[in-house]
Amino acid sequence: MAEQLSRKKIISPEKIFMGMTGLFSLSVLLISVVVVYELFSASEPAFHKFGLKFLITKEWDPVQKVYGALPFIWGTFYTSLLALLIALPVSLGIAIFLSELAPAWLRSSAGFLIELLAAIPSLIFGLWGLFVLSPILQQYIEPPLSNLSWLPFFTGYPLGLGFLNAGLLLAVMIIPTISSISRDVMYTVPANQREGGLALGMTRWEVVSKVVIPNSRSGILGAVVLGLGRALGETMAVTMVIGNTPQFSLSLLDPGYTISSVIANQFTEAFDKLQISALVELGLILFVISVIINAFAKLLMLRMNRFSGGARI
Amino acid sequence: MKKILMIAVSAVLLAASVCTASAMTLNAAGATFPYPLYSKWFYSYARQTGTKINYAAIGSGAGIQQIEARTVDFGCSDAPLSGAEQSKNNLFMFPTVGGAVAMTYNLPGVRTGLKLLPSTIADIYLGKIRKWNDPEITRLNPGINFPNMPVIVVHRSDGSGTTNIFTWFLSDVSPEWRQRVGSGTSVNWPVGLGGKGNQGVAGTIQKTRGTFGYVELAYVLQSGMTYAAIRNSSGNWVYPTLANAREAASHAKIPANFYIKFTNAPGKNSYPIAGFTFMLVPKNLAPAKAAAVKSYVRWAYTNGDRDALSLDYVPLPAKLKARILNELNRQVR
Repeated sequence: MAEQLSRKKIISPEKIFMGMTGLFSLSVLLISVVVVYELFSASEPAFHKFGLKFLITKEWDPVQKVYGALPFIWGTFYTSLLALLIALPVSLGIAIFLSELAPAWLRSSAGFLIELLAAIPSLIFGLWGLFVLSPILQQYIEPPLSNLSWLPFFTGYPLGLGFLNAGLLLAVMIIPTISSISRDVMYTVPANQREGGLALGMTRWEVVSKVVIPNSRSGILGAVVLGLGRALGETMAVTMVIGNTPQFSLSLLDPGYTISSVIANQFTEAFDKLQISALVELGLILFVISVIINAFAKLLMLRMNRFSGGARI
Repeated sequence: MKKILMIAVSAVLLAASVCTASAMTLNAAGATFPYPLYSKWFYSYARQTGTKINYAAIGSGAGIQQIEARTVDFGCSDAPLSGAEQSKNNLFMFPTVGGAVAMTYNLPGVRTGLKLLPSTIADIYLGKIRKWNDPEITRLNPGINFPNMPVIVVHRSDGSGTTNIFTWFLSDVSPEWRQRVGSGTSVNWPVGLGGKGNQGVAGTIQKTRGTFGYVELAYVLQSGMTYAAIRNSSGNWVYPTLANAREAASHAKIPANFYIKFTNAPGKNSYPIAGFTFMLVPKNLAPAKAAAVKSYVRWAYTNGDRDALSLDYVPLPAKLKARILNELNRQVR
C-alpha cells in the first residue's frame, strides 16, 4: 500500500512535467498556425482584387488603389543578397582567425566584441547609416563608382542612400551572427584531426581549407541561413537608409524599398482597407520566403551530413 | 486574523470604488503629429480636473480603425474623414489644432529664403525640374549662384498627415499633379527618395547635398533648418511662420461636417501649406464619457493656445472654436 502510494507520487509529477512542457511546445505550433490563418484571411481582399498579378506588377499607388509587390520583393532579395556577399567572406575570415590563428588572449576579447555588435539595436545602426555612412558614401565612395556606369550596377546619381548603403548596413548587422556561429562550429572540429593534418605536412592554410572548413560546412550553412533570416526581416535600419522608392533597379546607387520597410512605413497611417490588405499580403509573402529558405537550408544540411558525415551543431 | 483580512480587503475595495467615482478616465488613440501637444494638454487637464486621458499615438489610420471598432472613447486623425465615412460610423469630427509644412533644402551656400512659386514646387515634385540651375528657379532668385546639380527630391515614406497637407497643396496649384498623382497620406511619388518620419526626411536633407523636401514646421524651426519663401495666392512672398499659418486658417471655408482644408488659402500673408488635425467622437458615446469629452474640448480650446504656440502648433480661430463647441453639444449627447 505504502509502496503504491509513493510510486504514484513519483509518477504523477513526471506526467505533469511532461504534459506542461508538451503544452508549451504545442503553443508555438498553435501561434504559427494562428499567424498564418490571420495573414491569409486579412490578405484575402487584396488577393481577390489582384490575384497572382500582385507578385509581378510594379505599381504601388494608394491614391488610385493599385498595388503591386514586385519592387518590394526585389528590394528584399537584393539587399539581403548584397549583405550576404559582403558579410560571408568577412565572417569566415573572422571565424578562421579566432578559431585557428589568434592567440588565446585575443580570442575571448575579440569574440566578446563581435557578439556585442549583435546586441546593438537596429535603430542605432539605421541612424548611423543615415547620419554617418550616407554622407561618406555620397561624397567619397559613390562618385568613383558612378564612373563605372557602363555596368548596370553603378548607374544613377550618387545619393548616399539606396541599395549600397542598405547592403553594407545589413552586412555589418549579420556579421556577428555568421562569424560567431561559424567560429563555434570550427571549435568543435576535433583537435586530433588538425594534428593529423599537420603531421601529414599540411600548412596552416591547408589544414583550414581541407580539414576545418569541410568538417564545419553544414554548421556554416546554418549560420548563413540565420544571417539571411535577419537580413530579410530587418526593418528599422533598412527603412532609414534604403531611400524608400518602389522601383526595380540593379544599380547599387539607386534607392529601393523592402517588404518590411513598406509595412513599417505605411501600416499605421493606411486609410484604405485595400491598402491594409495589400500590406498584410506582403507580410504573408515575406513569411513564405522565410519558410522556403529555411526548408531549403534544412534539406541542404541533411544532404551534406549524409555525404560527408561532418560536424553537426 | 480572518476578520482583519476582511476589513483590509473591504477597505481596499472601498478606496478603489471611491477613486473610480471621482476620477474619470478616457481612452483615446490615433495621430502622432499632435501627440507632443496633446500629452501636455492631457497632463495639465488631469492635474486641474482629475480626468485622466490615456492616449496611444499609434497613427491616424490605426486611430480611425480603433474608433470605428469603438475600442477607444475618441480617435484622432491628421487627415480628415469624409462626410460619408463620418456618418457611416456615426462619428462627429472636428479640428483641434493645426500645423504648417515648410519647404526645406540643402544647397551649399544658400541660406534660408530661397524663393519658390507653388508651380515650381509642383514641377520639382513631378520631375519636370531636375536641376538646381533650372531657369524656373534662377530667375526668381537673381542674387544666388546655383550649382549645376540635380535636385534630389525627398518625401515622407511613412503615411502621414504632413504628406496629406502637402499633396493637397500640390493638387491645388497644379492640375497635372491632381491628375497624375492626387492627394493622400501616402501617394505614388513620381520622383524622389523617401525618409521615415520628420526626422528621416530632415536627416536625409541635412546630410545630403542638393536635396529638397517638405518637413513639418515645428521640426524645421526646432532643428534650425533652412526654409523657402513661397508666393501665396495674393501674390506675396511668405515664410512658414505661425502668424502666417494662423492667417491662412482664419480664411478656411468651414463645411458642416468640418472637413476643413485651407491649403493655398486667400489672405494677404496666408502661408499656403498648412492644415488641421482632427478628433473623432462617437455620437452615441456613453453620457458620462460624452460629458467628459465635451468638458475636455472646452478646456483645451480655452486654455490650450499658449501651449500650442510654444510648441509651434497653429491654434484654431476663435470663431471656429465657438462653432465647434456648439455643434459638439448638439450632436454628441
